[in-house]
Amino acid sequence: MNFVTPEIAWAPLTPILIVLGAAAAAVLIEAFIKTPATRRLVQLTVTIGALAVALGMVVVQWVGLGDSAGTVVMTGKITVDAQSLAWQAMLLVFGILAALLFAARTADGEESFTSLGSVPPGSTEERLARRAGLQVTEVYALLLFAVGGMMLFTCITDLIFLFVALELFSLPLYIMVALARRRRLLSQEAALKYFLLGAFSSAIYLFGAALVYGSTTQIDMESIGIAIDFIPSNDAMLLAGAVMVVVGLMFKIGAVPFHSWVPDVYQGAPTPVTAFMGAATKAAATAALVRVMYLAFYPLEWELSWMFWAVAIASMVVGTVVALVQTDVKRMLAYSAVAHAGFILVAFAGLTPEALTALPFYLLTYGLATIGSFAVISQVRERAEDGGVAAEAVRLGQWAGLGRRSPLLAGAMALFLLSFAGIPLTAGFIGKFEVFSAAVAGGAWPLVLIAVLASAVAAFFYVRLIVLMFFTDVPEGAQDTVAVENDLLTRIVIIVTAAATVLLGIVPSGVLNVLQDAAVFLVSAG
Amino acid sequence: MQSLIWLAIAIPLASAAFLLVAGKRADAWGHWVGVVASSAAFLVGAGALLEMLGQDAANRATTLTLWEFIPGSDLNVNVGLLVDPLSITFVMLITFVGTLIHFYSVAYMEHDVARRRFFAYLNLFIAAMLLLVLADSYLLLFFGWEGVGLASYLLIGFWNHRNEYATAANKAFVVNRIGDIGLIIAMGMMFAAFGAVDFTTVFAEAPEASTATLTAIGLALLLAACGKSAQFPLQSWLGDAMAGPTPVSALIHAATMVTAGVYLIVRSAPIFNGAPNAQLVVAVVGAITLLLGAFIGMAKDDIKKALAASTMSQIGYMMLAAGLGPIGYAFAIFHLLTHGFFKAGMFLGAGSVMHAMNDQVDMRRFGALRGVMVITWVTFGLGWLAILGIPPFSGYWSKDKIIEAAFVGEGWQPWVLGGAALIGAGLTAFYMSRLFFMTFHGKARWTDDVHPHESSPLMTVPMIVLAVGSAFLGLFMATGDRFTHFLEPVTGHAEHHDPVIPIPVIIALTLALVIVGAAVAWMKYGRADVPETAPAGSLATITARNDFFQDGVNRAVFQRPGQHLTRTLVYADAAIVDGAVNKQAHGWARLGEASRKLQTGQVRSYAATMLVGVVLIALIIVVGGL
Repeated sequence: MNFVTPEIAWAPLTPILIVLGAAAAAVLIEAFIKTPATRRLVQLTVTIGALAVALGMVVVQWVGLGDSAGTVVMTGKITVDAQSLAWQAMLLVFGILAALLFAARTADGEESFTSLGSVPPGSTEERLARRAGLQVTEVYALLLFAVGGMMLFTCITDLIFLFVALELFSLPLYIMVALARRRRLLSQEAALKYFLLGAFSSAIYLFGAALVYGSTTQIDMESIGIAIDFIPSNDAMLLAGAVMVVVGLMFKIGAVPFHSWVPDVYQGAPTPVTAFMGAATKAAATAALVRVMYLAFYPLEWELSWMFWAVAIASMVVGTVVALVQTDVKRMLAYSAVAHAGFILVAFAGLTPEALTALPFYLLTYGLATIGSFAVISQVRERAEDGGVAAEAVRLGQWAGLGRRSPLLAGAMALFLLSFAGIPLTAGFIGKFEVFSAAVAGGAWPLVLIAVLASAVAAFFYVRLIVLMFFTDVPEGAQDTVAVENDLLTRIVIIVTAAATVLLGIVPSGVLNVLQDAAVFLVSAG
Repeated sequence: MQSLIWLAIAIPLASAAFLLVAGKRADAWGHWVGVVASSAAFLVGAGALLEMLGQDAANRATTLTLWEFIPGSDLNVNVGLLVDPLSITFVMLITFVGTLIHFYSVAYMEHDVARRRFFAYLNLFIAAMLLLVLADSYLLLFFGWEGVGLASYLLIGFWNHRNEYATAANKAFVVNRIGDIGLIIAMGMMFAAFGAVDFTTVFAEAPEASTATLTAIGLALLLAACGKSAQFPLQSWLGDAMAGPTPVSALIHAATMVTAGVYLIVRSAPIFNGAPNAQLVVAVVGAITLLLGAFIGMAKDDIKKALAASTMSQIGYMMLAAGLGPIGYAFAIFHLLTHGFFKAGMFLGAGSVMHAMNDQVDMRRFGALRGVMVITWVTFGLGWLAILGIPPFSGYWSKDKIIEAAFVGEGWQPWVLGGAALIGAGLTAFYMSRLFFMTFHGKARWTDDVHPHESSPLMTVPMIVLAVGSAFLGLFMATGDRFTHFLEPVTGHAEHHDPVIPIPVIIALTLALVIVGAAVAWMKYGRADVPETAPAGSLATITARNDFFQDGVNRAVFQRPGQHLTRTLVYADAAIVDGAVNKQAHGWARLGEASRKLQTGQVRSYAATMLVGVVLIALIIVVGGL
């Protein structure tokens, strides 16, 4: 047996290599820069710089693409095509916004992350570390690894390699979830749950990939798609394998019944991490699910459609219904994320070409609103007994009267909530419109009907928060218990996401036209 | 400049947003930003007009597609602007009169703490109104339509600390909502019939549609127009809308927004041309309103409410003309234009008088102001001559044409419509002369604490400009049918028809009635003493003074039964529907609580849920596949 060196066209991988290279550099920076303050500044600069340069490279590639659909980087393994470039650009934008949130501090100079991740919460060592001004600047390196892994995730065409990328971006997330500055026990519990369930779902995914290999003797997606045509479609091993592969990805999207981790993790993670995960993980997982479905399992479209329908309906119903009874803002948005996972899966009905435009657009609008709304949450704080600023005020009641105290912040939150609800003139409306029309094009109008009803019910709990912020009087004395932070970096993120939400709601055509060009997969000549 | 016409909308809109966001630090100079924004919009409009005049008459319609709203879908909605003679006429009216009123307001609102906010709303209005007239589809027009409604609501209730002013704003808003439903229904029917709501498609396919469809769409559009233009039976809000600051009454509730209904009808000409019955309804509504407004105007002692009644009546004329079809469209717009000048001028004059009289509005306490306010007197006088229709002032050229056109036709129509228009002219002469004489002539009946004086140049100059327009605009536009020819590409060429009475006779009759009306007013209110408190009056006077009991009628016909209906419904709702819904909501909440319990917080149960899910799905698919 002789080993053939694979031919790799490196150039299209440049953005991913930049991000992963910067991640490696960030680890070195940790080792060599001693002063915490300098380190933070250098890490932030390197992170945003690398992400911005990578974004630039993606755009350059996009422009250079012209009429060609893309490049096969490594036959059967990696393909960088228009669709994956669109997702990569989106992930980089989310990454930059998240990096800004990571660096945000309260007026007292408190960060969202603990001073020293390796010590028990509330211990003497933790206090000492805080006094020494230590900071977990490793989060920037972890963020870069996660973004790099997600970008890779969007262009892989091989089930086993896909698993590597899945772990590449999941592991940093597990760690970041555990690093909250406040309520650390909750944060560590969330991280452990996320890790265990993540490992469980990875196992399911791998098992599924193995079954698919056993049935088709192929691991790259295109060959699987071709091979399926030659085996009976009721092959139990193939069907079970396909279901399990899809389940592994649906876990990351947060669809019912694989959603149990979502509320706990959204609530426990440091808010900037929640913002990043909510936007980017969903986008990356959707990108991979699109590729798997359109390249590998499209001959099984009919067999798997039952699963997509059931999971989509279950996600929309459970997410909406449980969100109705939540009293914690972060948990409410977590269940809203579950419902949105259902809306995303609606677009998979029929595997129409329209969905290839609709899904990136939907995830873009959803991600922007998610990052924006969690940025707002990070600004509303409880006030401690001594007058200092404490943890985030996440109980719904604490948000009463926010509109009067801080109209612009509350106005931005209202905008994001309306976008989640899909009210016209916000980006969310266009996103829902695109996704639903893709499903209608696929003939799934009963599913769309349920989705429309679900979004009508969902509007209730979004609007309830708006009513609470603007039309509810503040209880006596409650003014003093809630403090509104005014951090510059967070404000920038809020302004950018709010402006984008409005622009994409009124003038969506520019982005939609670009994404229409992205509705192509490069299929190698083989 | 036509390709830049979007700037005329964007600049005031940006200025409005800026003024609202800038906050207190812009209080000292914010109003000038508003003035500059409005002037810039005027310059853009003027540039577009000059460019248009350089083009052939046939090529004067330019569609400017700004962007596709949602590309690649069946819902084919573009955001586009249509620049043609009709829309540019409105652009010029709105921005020219609007800018003058911006200047005027700088002085008028000088002592108001919220002047910056006032200018933000005025700019918002200008932007929304321009969007309304420049839109190239009904959907975009609807955005402008709602935008002006919002601006109108905000400005009527500008002094909302006075409870009745806030109520007036609410009333205007609610009545307008009824009209808006008409526009929404019309759009729905267009979408069903033509699959589109843009002007090009709708108007191209309208001739093929059935008369019944066109009639239904036309009546729905008329409902919308009645709401916005305060036409019978949705007229009740306009009088109360005078609660807003006077510049607002001049701009929004006299010159521009209330005429949007006329614009809508004329713009929708291809629909109405195919629906003669709808046209007749439009004309009849116009005729009723013009008489109704005139009667109300005869009895009002509040100078602003009298002017508001007059506005209603004059818009009735325009509606009447618009209902006459192609022979009337151009005259409707012509009268709208001249009315915009002379009525805005008179409102500004009324504002000037109020300024001098400590914000009093009761004409019975005015009188003999011509001596102390010469400029106001002269400018108001020119507006008065114009609205009376005395040649050669503006109103004569436009109103006389409408009366002539109303007498064209067969059967009973010309006699009824023409007769209404003719009588209306006499009544107008009476009530406007009454207003003029009671305010400026006769004896001074001032309360003790007022010391009338002329207003500052910032207020008088706009009044003078508008007065010049009131005097000469009509003559200029009517010479050689200049304006009618200008509008012809939009309104269509009208064949000349002879009225049922010869034209010279109509003119003579009109002038005779006008002179009689004015003379009677002079006898009663100019020469004779006017009592300082209103006399009891006859039944007719009381009826008119109370706006024909419109509020009572509305209350008896709509509100009371509506309340009873809603009360019954509320009861039924509470007992039956709510019972069900509450139980169901309890059910949902319980379901939520139950599924919350599934969320135990224990990883093993989470993992079990996942496992059950996977196994279940895999089993069903595999077994189903077998």
